[in-house]
Amino acid sequence: MVWQVLEGLSRDSAKRLRFVPGVVYVDEGAACGRSWEDRAKTLTDVRQILQTLGFPWHIVSLEEVFALPPSVLRCSAQDPVGTVGTYKVAVDSFLQQQRTLAAEGLRGSPSSAQGEEQPSQPCTQDSEDPVGPPPAAQTEALSQLFNSVKTLTAKEELLQTLRTHLILHVARTHGYSKVMTGDSCTRLAIKLMTSLALGRGAFLAWDTGFSDERHGDVVVVRPMREHTLKEVAFYNRLFAVPSVCTPAVDTKASEKASIHRLMEGFLLRLQAQFPSTVSTVYRLPLGPVSHPLRTSEKLVKAPRDGCAAGPRCLLCMCSLDVDSADSATAFGAQTQDFSQTPPPTPRAEAGAPAGPCCAAGLGGAPNCWQGTRPCGREGSRAHVIEQLCYACRVTMKDVPCLDPLPPYILAEAQLRSQRPSAEIQECLVENSDDEAPASGSGARGPPEQEGKEARAACDRINKNFFN
Amino acid sequence: MPAPQCSSCRAARAALRRPRSGQALCGSCFCTAFEAEVLHTVLAGRLLPPGAVVAVGASGGKDSTVLAHVLRELAPQLGVSLRLVAVDEGIGGYRDAALAAVRRQAARWDLPLTVVAYADLFGGWTMDAVACSIAGTGRSRACCTFCGVLRRRALEEGARLVGATHIVTGHNADDMAETVLMNFLRGDAGRLARGGGLGSRGEGGALPRCRPLQLASQKEVVLYAHFRRLDYFSEECVYAPEAFRGHARDLLKLLEAARPSVALDLVHSAERLALAPAARPPPPGACSRCGALASRSLCQACALLDGLQRGRPRLAIGKGRGGRDEEGPPGPLPPPPSDPVSAPGPAAGECGAACKERCE
Repeated sequence: MVWQVLEGLSRDSAKRLRFVPGVVYVDEGAACGRSWEDRAKTLTDVRQILQTLGFPWHIVSLEEVFALPPSVLRCSAQDPVGTVGTYKVAVDSFLQQQRTLAAEGLRGSPSSAQGEEQPSQPCTQDSEDPVGPPPAAQTEALSQLFNSVKTLTAKEELLQTLRTHLILHVARTHGYSKVMTGDSCTRLAIKLMTSLALGRGAFLAWDTGFSDERHGDVVVVRPMREHTLKEVAFYNRLFAVPSVCTPAVDTKASEKASIHRLMEGFLLRLQAQFPSTVSTVYRLPLGPVSHPLRTSEKLVKAPRDGCAAGPRCLLCMCSLDVDSADSATAFGAQTQDFSQTPPPTPRAEAGAPAGPCCAAGLGGAPNCWQGTRPCGREGSRAHVIEQLCYACRVTMKDVPCLDPLPPYILAEAQLRSQRPSAEIQECLVENSDDEAPASGSGARGPPEQEGKEARAACDRINKNFFN
Repeated sequence: MPAPQCSSCRAARAALRRPRSGQALCGSCFCTAFEAEVLHTVLAGRLLPPGAVVAVGASGGKDSTVLAHVLRELAPQLGVSLRLVAVDEGIGGYRDAALAAVRRQAARWDLPLTVVAYADLFGGWTMDAVACSIAGTGRSRACCTFCGVLRRRALEEGARLVGATHIVTGHNADDMAETVLMNFLRGDAGRLARGGGLGSRGEGGALPRCRPLQLASQKEVVLYAHFRRLDYFSEECVYAPEAFRGHARDLLKLLEAARPSVALDLVHSAERLALAPAARPPPPGACSRCGALASRSLCQACALLDGLQRGRPRLAIGKGRGGRDEEGPPGPLPPPPSDPVSAPGPAAGECGAACKERCE
């Protein structure tokens, strides 16, 4: 895909692309258990390729998730800060750079400026390249996290989530408004079936569609969507596109180890038998994502809530698709428990699942059941779990302890569980914002006035106001 | 290692571990829990109102046997009365044995049994005759298509004969999961849009249908039948191995090894599936020939039978139905139906291997 972008931006192409690209590479070696020497070797190869491109590039390692701020999990509606000037100026300056580079390459000596800017080394100007290994503590923490996850399926899902957050953060920091991924048609069909099997039926359009706007300011697009894997392989071969092969989390795993591998194997085998399988699956008309838990229309769009039209999943940022009230559903069947003769505590709906961790073998160790944990930890786990969508909850079932998760996730979970409800949001006086007109004059008070009093006051005022 | 105690009554020794939660239970506690869950599904989904006359589609297999047994236990609580309806497709060497099992069950449970035969309802066409007719086309996979559609009609007819107000079938979570996978693999957006709930409300004169066992996994159904010592018929239909559902079934078995809850995850996905508005099926009308529920002018059963009568059995199968002349008298033959170019393999409209009513 990067090669195609390069082609599209070159002077010779018929329809020149008009944007300023950058390339980001995420080094996931720590999650796969690779040593720093191996990773350094791969990074050298990657750097070589990136340097020939002429775009600004960023190499980040997955360990940096431990330094992410909780704001990465909030979707914001405004444009990312740091966009250089206006769009036209940015494109023009980039094209200038390209021309200068080409001129240098032809003549073999630096030439005088043809425009107002004279960049000397454009390819490293905006590039990020860590020289040494990331802090050992972070590497250790990452391997601990991934080793504690019990199934390969959950590992792959977690890796994907963390990678997405990291790329999002990089994009926001450097002012990129779009992220392009190189998923081909085959990969997306596999992803679609995998998402289905994981319980993400509600979000298929976001996961596999052309554009994914759930993050608000940064849009993820998939321009390679129409090309099959075979076409990509042929292209790479015919045009000698350099590539680097790195081991991933599921390398050398058996085919039955994870849902992702199973689906991939199944679809590719079926495709061999019925050649239209991939295109049939991929062309399913998936529609705009519905919001089953839309909150009331009275909500003013407070800057903190941004584009959320309802509570969002903490990890994948899709709107929540679980409804605890409706128990005649697949979700209800898994959280209800009818086998205890004294009825279980009402925690069943808060989503503290009796995980399948003792499914194998008789007499599983009692200390891996949820119930024997100290109450405090169970409470905080329940807080995190109830902010997740169905599929993320199932993934988290395979993560026995939430402590190794990067701090930004836990901090955001804590923040969300303490956030006042949307109802009284408009009654609270923010220090910097104007008051919402609906709250009238009676709700003035210190911003800390939350809880029942404020809610009762707001209700009274609203009743008077709207009657 | 001695078996652990039952975690519910704590009195008896545990005899099994529930596949989904890993909980250790004794036989009777498990059966109680299973029945409680089915009851909850029926009540929470408001599937069978009190006073309903319920026609249970009984095939003699494990699912319908368990369904009939559980509903019989719950009938006083729900306030419904049951009738067994069995369908005789005319598959030699298979259906006779299954029907014998159904008759034994009816006698044991003292429930009225009605048997409806394809041969009577559909002008002499039994499944064996249908199979002969399509054998020449070289694609014998289509047997299950005919069987599923015609069985739905037969069940409906049988239910009306006994004066039922609701129809129930024994589809379990694994069946629903396989159906979702199958519909996805075939790109059947229409069926995906229609499915996903606990059953259909019954529009246009069709009786409301539901599937009380929809949230129970297949393993638990088998366990329940084992602990209650139910007598059922467990052989596969002779036409089953060729169906496309076999692929989906194999996939589901593999997925369950990787993640035990995958059947329910798929059901959840299907419940929340968001399809483009253009993909939603048109509101159903009535068949112009028999008056049954239909999304086109002819219902699928009439269309299939039409094809059989004309010696063109694949007339109503497949996505390209442009050549089908629905109203015309048997005169000059219509142009051959355009076989869908994109699918040399699976055709739309095929149903399952397990001789069940098509899930819709």
